[in-house]
Amino acid sequence: MSEVFEVLLGQPFFKGMTEEQVRTVAETARLVSFDEGSVIFVEGGPARMSFLILEGDIALTLRTQEHGSKIIQTLHRGDFLGWSWMYPPYRWNFDASCQSDVEAIQFDGPALKKIALADPQLGYDMMRRFTEIIVTRMQALRIQLLDVYSTYR
Amino acid sequence: MSIQLTAEPNAHVMSPVPCRILSVEQELADTYTLEVDPPGSDWGFLPGQYTMLYAFGIGEVPISISGDPADTTKIVQTIRAVGAVTDALVGLKPGDFVGVRGPFGTSWDTKAAEGRDVLIVAGGVGIAPLRPVVYDVLQNRDRYENVTLMYGARSPGDLLFASEIQEWRSRFDLEVLVTVDQADSDWRGPVGVVTSLVGRSSYDGDTAVAFVCGPEVMMRFTIQTLERGGITDDRLYVSMERNMKCGVGLCGHCQLGKYFLCKDGPVMTCAQMAGSCWIREV
Amino acid sequence: MRETLVINREGVDALIHALADRGYEVVGPTVRGQTILYDTIASTDDLPVGLTDRQEAGTYRLEERGDGALFGYVVGPQSFRKFTTPPGAVFWKGHRTGGGFETLEPEEPPRYAFFGARPCEVAALKVQDKVYGAVGDPVYAGRRNQSFTVAVNCTDPAPTCFCDSMGTGPGVSDGYDIALTEVLDGDTHHFIAEAGSDEGSDVLASLVARDPLDEELVEARRMVVRASEHMGRFLDTDGLKEVLQGNLENPYWDEIAKRCLSCTNCTLVCPTCFCSSVEDHLSLDGAEAERVRTWDSCFTLEFSYVNGGPVRPSPGPRYRQWLTHKLASWVDQFGEMGCVGCGRCITWCPVGIDITKEAAEIRERDVRRVAVGTPSVKEATE
Repeated sequence: MSEVFEVLLGQPFFKGMTEEQVRTVAETARLVSFDEGSVIFVEGGPARMSFLILEGDIALTLRTQEHGSKIIQTLHRGDFLGWSWMYPPYRWNFDASCQSDVEAIQFDGPALKKIALADPQLGYDMMRRFTEIIVTRMQALRIQLLDVYSTYR
Repeated sequence: MSIQLTAEPNAHVMSPVPCRILSVEQELADTYTLEVDPPGSDWGFLPGQYTMLYAFGIGEVPISISGDPADTTKIVQTIRAVGAVTDALVGLKPGDFVGVRGPFGTSWDTKAAEGRDVLIVAGGVGIAPLRPVVYDVLQNRDRYENVTLMYGARSPGDLLFASEIQEWRSRFDLEVLVTVDQADSDWRGPVGVVTSLVGRSSYDGDTAVAFVCGPEVMMRFTIQTLERGGITDDRLYVSMERNMKCGVGLCGHCQLGKYFLCKDGPVMTCAQMAGSCWIREV
Repeated sequence: MRETLVINREGVDALIHALADRGYEVVGPTVRGQTILYDTIASTDDLPVGLTDRQEAGTYRLEERGDGALFGYVVGPQSFRKFTTPPGAVFWKGHRTGGGFETLEPEEPPRYAFFGARPCEVAALKVQDKVYGAVGDPVYAGRRNQSFTVAVNCTDPAPTCFCDSMGTGPGVSDGYDIALTEVLDGDTHHFIAEAGSDEGSDVLASLVARDPLDEELVEARRMVVRASEHMGRFLDTDGLKEVLQGNLENPYWDEIAKRCLSCTNCTLVCPTCFCSSVEDHLSLDGAEAERVRTWDSCFTLEFSYVNGGPVRPSPGPRYRQWLTHKLASWVDQFGEMGCVGCGRCITWCPVGIDITKEAAEIRERDVRRVAVGTPSVKEATE
């Protein structure tokens, strides 16, 4: 547990939060590792957790009729994975599998919700950090959608 | 004759020199690399520079030099066929002649990068004007700390210089990270915008130097990401593009604020740009 | 100190002939249709004798003066850059040889005598000397290095003139071979002619002339000073570059855009605008190619075309580009403003957009000044 706490304290995500806050969050977290090729979760499965990637690469894929299983985005060291635990229907929207060996911190979604309710300030500080990541990722996805490298005649 | 300009008429500035095509290689569906005999024995260029290539009777376009600056026996230029002139250029055969003026423009400041981590971030065909700096840095490898090449393309089939990138991957003194916007069923690598690779690389944000080239919207986004990583705008180099007709500061088309991109650029620091990349339609 | 002489109208004729004898093509003001343009002149009969130009924003009319003044007007829609960088100038010619091609020798450009060049014209030539001189452009240098300039001091500015604000007139101080000041008062009609170069002195020496009386010189200078006190418009250049460069995102540019038609008239009539494009011509048999320089304008959509679209699709940013280049970026590029205060852009704008007024409006609505006293974005979010 204290190992998780030390790891979290060193992560850029938690910069600016008090040690007390980080300790509280650490209680909902544990260190996990996955082998290359393993599937972390599948689309439609119950969403109860979230991951902060420490090492390795994770591919997010969608299964489609036309293209089979297609990687839509990959996540890497320092990226957060999974917010579907926050909102109904609490189901994953894509598959997540490991492109390499992965080490991560796994957070218990319902436990995080509980501590946020008990300590609104902590809840706000976490939400503010989550939304910053989401906004940045959304902007990156917009650029990805723009098809910027194509030729225009 | 009483008023004398300070400069003598320089006919050579506007006069294309006929140079023999040595080879034409197709790289991608619409992208070709030409190798051309240089205009003179004093030929040389700096990474980031371009020439104005003239297709006889059709027109002239600015094309980045994509070859090795240490090899002065030929001019290597990668051309994307997007219109009448570039179509004509890529349709030439070995033994044909193309008009060459140049080299023109500013270059990637490798001197400023010595003793520091170097990040080379390329988007799409933007890897063409960056390839010379990769060659240059690798040939003088001990002058730099960690060197990382980050390359983003539309899809695996759009990766330019793919075999060369494979070779570079096997080097231990160069970190090569490649991503695509759209994966195919065989792709096992990163998928996403090229800036997502920045987090995967280790560099010292306080001292690293970055050379960025690609579509302007990609460069804007990359600048944001690198600045968040600590790279200040005097260490962030971009290659800007505007309409160019003369290459020498005469026709006025390439102006970006007070700069003539043909001679004050195309390589500029973000400090020089001073936020003008964020101003609408400047 | 070069000589100053007095000549009459016959002397001016003799001056034109003397220049033609020296091999110059003499080009000067002459009436074409209902405007005063610059074209080849053979004698003072070709000048707009007894005519004046009524100019205001979006207005130009020629009127009879009721006298015999040779230079009783200011400037029309053309400037001498029509001759120094003629639209359609072939700047490169080549023909095929085997698989390649070779450059053909260019034709010798004509030697021009710019006759009747107002001080703003002389200033504009000097401004363009810096632009083209920086590059060594053969088209400009070939025509400019051999040129002869007969300047005419202004004594009666138009309402659209503001050369005084730009320090370019209404009198010339240098950059000419001969400067004339026309004095027309009742029965008196003569010209004070001042040499500005060795060749100017030579030419003057060949004319029938007399020495001026002191009071004639004083009066001629006074006429020019009076002209500077009667300028129709004023442009405050103090700190203007910083104002413009600091207001690139001022919403006022879009206000101007509501009126601007992007018709490019202002850039066509401006004596210092230098943007150009290239046309490539190929002979039918594909054997000979020419590269031709055409005038271009930053107001066209094609001007900023790159990678599938224009960088400046909106009219506001295009007007901003023109104004900030002329009055701000030009200073960074060439050490001076590109505007010489000739007022042509005001006269020839079909909707009467006035550069002096728009520059003053931006200054009035300076966003940097407005920002003082309001909370900055940083403060608001902390």
